[in-house]
Formats: sequence, structure tokens, C-alpha cells
Amino acid sequence: MTQTPKIETPKIEWPKIEWRGVAKAFGPKHVLDGMDLAVAQGRSLALIGGSGQGKSVTIKLAMGLMRPDAGAILIDGVDIAALPEKQVRAHAAHMGVLFQGAALFDSLPVWENVAFRLINADGMSRRDAKTRAVEALALVRLAESVADLYPSELSGGMQKRVGLARAIVGNPQVLFFDEPTTGLDPITAGAINELIRDKVTSLGCTAVSITHDLPSARTIADDIAMLHQGKIVWAGPASALDTTDNPYVRQFVAGAAQGPIAANW
Amino acid sequence: MGISRALTPVAAMGRAVLSGAASVGAVARLGGQGLAAAFSPPWFPRQIARQFLAVGFQSLPVVGLTAWFTGAALALNIYSGGDRFNAEAVMAQIVSLGITRELGPVLAALMLAGRVAAAMASEIGAMRATEQVDAMVTLSTDPMRYLIAPRLIAATISLPLLTMVADIIGISGGWQVAMHLLDANPQVYITNTWNFLTAWDVESGLIKALVFGFIVGLMGCYHGITASGGARGVGRATTQAVVSSAILILAADYLLTSLFARI
Repeated sequence: MTQTPKIETPKIEWPKIEWRGVAKAFGPKHVLDGMDLAVAQGRSLALIGGSGQGKSVTIKLAMGLMRPDAGAILIDGVDIAALPEKQVRAHAAHMGVLFQGAALFDSLPVWENVAFRLINADGMSRRDAKTRAVEALALVRLAESVADLYPSELSGGMQKRVGLARAIVGNPQVLFFDEPTTGLDPITAGAINELIRDKVTSLGCTAVSITHDLPSARTIADDIAMLHQGKIVWAGPASALDTTDNPYVRQFVAGAAQGPIAANW
Repeated sequence: MGISRALTPVAAMGRAVLSGAASVGAVARLGGQGLAAAFSPPWFPRQIARQFLAVGFQSLPVVGLTAWFTGAALALNIYSGGDRFNAEAVMAQIVSLGITRELGPVLAALMLAGRVAAAMASEIGAMRATEQVDAMVTLSTDPMRYLIAPRLIAATISLPLLTMVADIIGISGGWQVAMHLLDANPQVYITNTWNFLTAWDVESGLIKALVFGFIVGLMGCYHGITASGGARGVGRATTQAVVSSAILILAADYLLTSLFARI
């Protein structure tokens, strides 16, 4: 195995989100092993890497869905790994998440999915919440008639858009995208990528996306970081993806079987 | 090497005991947290109502049918088997005692275990598998309050109500058989039942039902929320929810009955 090259991480003065020396193991498997990463306020970062390299774990830790074995996850300087469970949920008020399978509540109509936070956490009246939900659906270019359908009646791309509407309805400061284009055809995926880019920019959010889809990463992200074996092996601006001589990135971009990364199959 | 191989069965036994103890701890923790959430705000009235509809109201046909057949079969057995010691003379009394103290609550609970614990485990398990439970947390909503507490509340309160219905339908099943087979006087049968039954016969059955209802809700939620491993995991969770609630219901039935016998 080749030596890990020197990590070219640009120094960030005031990170919005920062992972510091984060370690997480499941049984004998060390998924994250002293991982350091930072995202600046208002930037969109894509975390790339092969399957099973800890990308999902990285963002689940920042969402407060898991706790690290070691290290800190700072959001606006507050270590959420040290917060009690109740405050972790309160901290989620500034956060929007688009899950891989959209994770819509299948027992609720579309509008109640979008308005879930407003009704159940913020105590908004169902009527006002529905108005807000329809507005949020318009932002992801879904018609009002969709509001009363159930998630199972929608196509994959529409489910993703409803998930995006649910993520942005509470005016979040931070957005997380978990494999936003997985399972979509290339044209729908392209449209979703552009929609995500557009919303992140227009809402002024800080965004973290995980993906192994390079076109998606290039469209969504300002910065890209690559995760391999529990550590960040490269980080830099999206434009540097094709010019870096980092062997991990080179192999990943080229889709080559030969290189420092062993195929995980 | 030789020694460690010889100890393999012991190690396996130890592992089983440890994992069993861990599950008991986890169940107790979920029960405690669920009860705490059930007794403190915020509540989600819509979810509670939805669960009452699913757990209580929609179980009525199943529980009613079960109770009727059981009461009728019990009366038939007393008629055909009990005539060796003239038991048919006290048919009304035996049927009413058997239904209110034992068969009403236990059978209603077992039907609920099959219908409701299974549905809870598979629904919550599927929600877990599709990250809906995680999504709920990121939407600042506590799954303990939104998912678990409404199910515990609905199951615990619905089962005593269903048991009351089962008591009435079960006794009337016995009464109908008595009418047809024995040509008994309908009014005398009812008067016998009424005069014989004490409040405690019914109350002890309802207390049992309260405990059984909590068991059904807890087992359904516990196996659902701990389900892992996709579709197969959800299937396994559903089976375990039904089996564990049925066993716990019957064990609790014996314990409660022996406790009541001492009062």
C-alpha cells in the first residue's frame, strides 16, 4: 500500500462545520480514523469516495444521529457530540437533510411531509403550515396539485424534490445531501443537481453532499474532499479535481482499477 | 486450543445469557422512556387517535369473533364433557367465570399480539430501514414521542376496552349454545350469570388486559425500532414481536393470576 500523501487542505478561518480528529468504529471495523475536515460558511462541499469509506457516517455524525468514539464535531463552534440528546434535536432546527431514498413518511401526504417540522416541532397551525409547504414545493418546481398525493404515488425524481422541499422549508443554515442522484436517470439526476446548486446558492446555506457521482459533485460543490479508509486524503476547490496529482483522486476520477485504492467488490 | 474448543459450548451459553440480559435491559429502557414520553408533553394527539383507530377499533371484529367462538365452544364442552358430574347445571357460572377472568383478556391479547404487535414492528421496522426514523430526528421531532408513546398509550388503554367487549360477546356465545342445546330458559341463564359474577371477576380480567396491552405495544415497538438488515430484518422483527408478546402475555397471565389468588 502506498504512503498516504500529504493532505492539501486549505486553511479555513471560520468554519461553519468542522470535524476534528473524529473516530468511529462499528465492532472491529474502524470506519473513521482521526478524520479532519472543515467547511466554510456559505460554501458547498462534496465528500467523495468509494462505497463503505465512511461518507454516510461522516454526515450522520454532523446531523447528531450518531456519536463519535473520539474527536469533536463543531457547528458554529459548538461541539454537538457533547450535547445531550434533546439539544441535538434542537440543534437540528437549523439543518435540512435530503436522504438517499428521500425518506419521506409514507403514511403522510406530500404537504404534511414538507410541513412536518413546522407542525410537529414548531407548533405551527396545519393551515399555515400547508401554505408554507405549497410555497416550498413551488421552489422545487412542483405544482400545488402534488401536495395532496402520497409519496408512493410519485416518481423517484419527484420524491427527491419533495425531500428537498422538506429540507429547505425551515430556512436552514446547513444542508446535507446523502447521495442525491443515486437511483435517478442521468437527465433527472442532472436536473436535481442543478436544483440543489440553485437552492444552496439562493438560500445562502452551507452545504455538505456525499456522493460517488463525479458529475454531481462538480455541479453541486465549490469544494471537494476525498475520504479513503477513514481519513481525508485530499481536499481542494472543485476546479482542482482534474489538475491535482494526488494519486487517490487521479484513480477515482479516472475510474481506474489500478492505483492506491483497491476495488471494493 | 484444545481447552478453548472444549469451552465452546460454555462460551456460546455465556454469549446467549449476555445477549439475553442486554435485550431485557434494552426492553426495560424503551418501556421506561416510552412511559415517560406518554405521561409528559408534548403529545401528538393525531398520532394517538390514529393508533386508537388501528389498535382498538379495527381489532373489534377479530376480538369479537374470537370471543364468540370461545364462549360457544366452552359451553359446548361443559355440555358434552361436564355432564359426567352434572356440570351443565352450572354452565352459566363456568362460562362467565372462564371468560371474564381468563379467556376474555388472554384471547383478546393474543389476537392483538397477532394483529397489532406485528403491524407495529413491521411499520416501525420499515421506517427504520428507509431512514424515516432518522429523518424524523433531523426534523427536530422525538420518535419516542411521535412513534412509540402513541402506540403504547393506544395498546394499553384499548385492550381493557376490547376485553369488556370480549366478555360480553363471549358470555353471549355461551348463552346462545345453552339455548340451542339445553333448551335452557334464557332469562334464568342470564340471571344466573348476573347473580354469580362478582365485580372482581371482571376487574381482575381488566387489570390483566391493561398489562397485556402494554406488553403488546412494547414488543411491537421494541422489535420495530431495533430491526436491522433490510426486508429480512423487518420480517424477523415481525415474527419476534408476535412470538415474544404471546409468550410474555401467557407468562404475565400466570403471574397475575397467582398474585390475585393471594389477595
